[in-house]
Amino acid sequence: MRETNMKKILISLLFLLFGTSAYADCNIKSGSINILANDFPALRTFVETAKGCKGSADFKVTHSSEHNKIAVPALTANPSEFSARIAANSSIVPLMNQDLIRPLDDLVKKYGKGIQDSQLITIDGKIMAVAFMANTQHLYYREDVLKELGIAVPKTYEDVVAASEKIRASGKMQYPYAAAYKAGWNLAEEFVNMYIGHGGEFFKAGTAQPSINNAKGVATLNMLKKLAGLSNPDYLTHDSEAIKVEWESGNVALMTLWASRSGTLLDDDGDAKITAATKLTGPATVAGGNIPAATLWWDGFTLAKNRSDADAEATFRALAHAAANKKMVADAADQAVWLIEGFKPGPKSIGVIEAVKMKAKPYPMLPQMGLMHGALGSEIVEFLQGKESAEQALKDVEAAYMSKAKEQGFL
Amino acid sequence: MPNKTFFWFFLPTGLAMILFIGLPIISTGIQSFYAQHDQVVKEVKKCDPFGCTVSIVVDQEKTSKIREEKPLGKFNGFGTYVDRNHLAIEEIGKFWNETNSFGEFVDQVTNLPFYKALIFTLTYCLFVTPNVLLLGFIIALSLNAVTRGIRGPLIFGTILPMIVTPLVGSLVLFWMIDAEGIIGANLQMLMNDPYLSLKSSKTLTWITIIIYGIWHHSPFAFVVFYAALQTVPQEPVEAAIIDGASRWQRVRHIVLPHIYPVVTFVALISLMDNFRVFEPIIGFSAEGSAQSLSWLIYDNLVNEEVILFGSAAATSMMTIVGIAILLAPVLIRTWKEFRTAR
Repeated sequence: MRETNMKKILISLLFLLFGTSAYADCNIKSGSINILANDFPALRTFVETAKGCKGSADFKVTHSSEHNKIAVPALTANPSEFSARIAANSSIVPLMNQDLIRPLDDLVKKYGKGIQDSQLITIDGKIMAVAFMANTQHLYYREDVLKELGIAVPKTYEDVVAASEKIRASGKMQYPYAAAYKAGWNLAEEFVNMYIGHGGEFFKAGTAQPSINNAKGVATLNMLKKLAGLSNPDYLTHDSEAIKVEWESGNVALMTLWASRSGTLLDDDGDAKITAATKLTGPATVAGGNIPAATLWWDGFTLAKNRSDADAEATFRALAHAAANKKMVADAADQAVWLIEGFKPGPKSIGVIEAVKMKAKPYPMLPQMGLMHGALGSEIVEFLQGKESAEQALKDVEAAYMSKAKEQGFL
Repeated sequence: MPNKTFFWFFLPTGLAMILFIGLPIISTGIQSFYAQHDQVVKEVKKCDPFGCTVSIVVDQEKTSKIREEKPLGKFNGFGTYVDRNHLAIEEIGKFWNETNSFGEFVDQVTNLPFYKALIFTLTYCLFVTPNVLLLGFIIALSLNAVTRGIRGPLIFGTILPMIVTPLVGSLVLFWMIDAEGIIGANLQMLMNDPYLSLKSSKTLTWITIIIYGIWHHSPFAFVVFYAALQTVPQEPVEAAIIDGASRWQRVRHIVLPHIYPVVTFVALISLMDNFRVFEPIIGFSAEGSAQSLSWLIYDNLVNEEVILFGSAAATSMMTIVGIAILLAPVLIRTWKEFRTAR
C-alpha cells in the first residue's frame, strides 16, 4: 500500500514538473496502448510525451535494443502483443512483407492535426507510418588534434585516410580512426553506406538479382579495409557503443558514428577536454562522388494490423499527439533531429542537416534488402582479415544472398 | 526391476520427453522441408521525409491468398539441406572440377558457411573434450589427496567456473583479453608487440574460446570424477601399496578401471555439450572469426530482419545428426558392454 502511495506522489510530482504535456489530455476514453520501441533517449522522450495524453486508456511500453527480434513474432500473433511499433526504414520492411501493419489514412485525416505532410511515409498511396525523427552516420573529429597537426576537416574518405595516416605518423595516436565494424549488422551497414557513396546499386533494376560483384563493390571493400587498418585491431568486435567508449578515452581523432549518439558524446560525462574538442561535420563522400557515403534513416510509428480498431485509434491519438508536439521538440532539441514542425536544429544536428543538403540517399526500403544486409555482415569479414580477395568476398555475398532469397521465395 | 514396474516408473518422464523434445524435433524436421512461397512483388511509389521513389513491395492481396491455401509454405524437399548455405552439394561438385590442387579445393570448401562452422565446432569438441576429462580427473585426484579439513572450500572454488553463467564468464574473459585489459596488455608487454590483439586474429580467437571452454567445463568432469573416486575400494589400493606399486601404477590399474563407466558418461555429456558451443561466440563477439553450428541457427533466426525458419530448421536437424554420429562409437561400445554384462 505504502509503495503505491509513494508511486502516486512521485507521479503527481513528475506531472507538476513536466506540466503542459500532462495537461494535454487528448480525451481518449478507452482502449489499450502497448508500444514496442528501440531504446535511446529520443525515443524515450517521444513515448513519454505520448503517455502524457493517454487519458483513461491503458498504457504500456517496451523499450528494447532487441526490438528487431521481437517485432515480427509479436505482431504476427492475433491479437498482437503490441498495438504500435516504432520502426525505421529497414525495420518497417519485414512488417510490410508479412502484412502486419495497417494503413493510417483515416486516422491521419481524423486525428492527425499538426502532423506535417513530409512526416508521412506513403507506400502505394497509403500512409503506413508517421516519421518523427531522422538519423544518419556522419563524421566526428577532434578539433584540437587536427589543428595541432594542421589538418583540414576531412570532406572525403580519402581525406580521412590521409588525415589518419598523418596522425599515426605523428605518434599521437596509434589507431586514429573508428567506426562500428562489428561483424554482422554493423559491418554490413558500413558496406551499404560506402557502396552507396560509390554510386552502387545492390540489385539488377526491378529484380531481386544481386549485382554487387563489380568495380564499385571492390572499391568499397578496399576503402573499408584501408579504414580498418587505421582502426583499433579489435575493430571486428566494436559496435557503436564500443567506439563511443574509445572516443571518450581519447584514443580516436576521427570517427563515423550515428547522429543519434551525439547527445551522449557531448554530455557532461567523461573528460571535459575531449568533450570540448569533439566536433561534428557532415558525412564524407568517397571516390570523387558527390552524394555522401551514408544513408538517411527515419524513425516513425506504425500500428499493428492484428489489433482492434479501438486500440488502434487510442494508440494513434496518443502517438500523433507526440508526433506533432512543438513543446517536446523545443525541450528535447538536442536529443534528435526531429522532423516535427517547430524544430530548430542545434549544433548536434549538423550531421543530419548536412547529409540531407548533400542529397544523401535513404536506406533502401526493398523487401529483400534485409537478406542482402545479412549476407554482407558475415561474408566480407574474411576479406577484411586478409584471408580472401575482394572479388571472392563479393562472390560469396552474392551466393549466400541467393540461397537465402531462394528460400524466401524472392528468386 | 520387472518390465511392468519399469514402464509405469518411466511413463511420466517418457510423456514429458515426447511432448517437450520429441514433438518439437518432429515439427522442426517438417519445417526444414519447406521454403517460403514465391513472393509476388509489384512496383509502387514510396514517399518518405527524404523524397519519393518508385520501388517494389510484396503484393499482399495475392500473397495472402497463396498463404491461406498452404500455410506451411512451398515444399522444398531437401532443397534447403543441399543449398549453398548448408551442404552445398552443387558448389562442392563445381569446386572439385574447377580447382587444380587438393589444397585449393579444401580452401574453397571451408569457405562455405556450413563447413566453416562445422570445422570450428569439431575443432572445439576435439580440443575441449579430452582436456576437460584430463583436467577434471587431475583436479579430482589432487583434491582427493588433500586433508579433509580444507576440501570443502577448495571444492567450492573449483566448481565456480560452472556456477558462473557462461555468458558472464566469457564476457569477463573478453574484457580481460582486450588490448587494454589485464591479460591483453600484459601479453603485449611480454611479447613486446604493441599490435598484438587476441581478438583480431582468427587463430588466437579460437585458442581463447577453446581455453575458455576447458575452464568452463572442467568442474563438471571434476565433480563427477570426485564422486566416483569416493567409491574406489580401499583394499586393493592398500594391497597395491604393500606390493610397492607407484602412485601412477595405482591410478592406472586400480582407479581408472574402477571409474571407467563414469569416464564414458562424462565424455558423452561433454561431447554433446561441446558440439552445441554457442555462448562463448556471443560473449567474445567472435562472430567474425569463429562460427559454430548453433551460431548459424541463431544467425538465421535473429540476425536477419527476415527470419529464415527453413534454414534454421535444416541446420538444427543436421546438428542432431552430427551429435548422433559423434556419439555413435561411445554408444555402440556401451551397448556391447551392456550385452556382455547380461
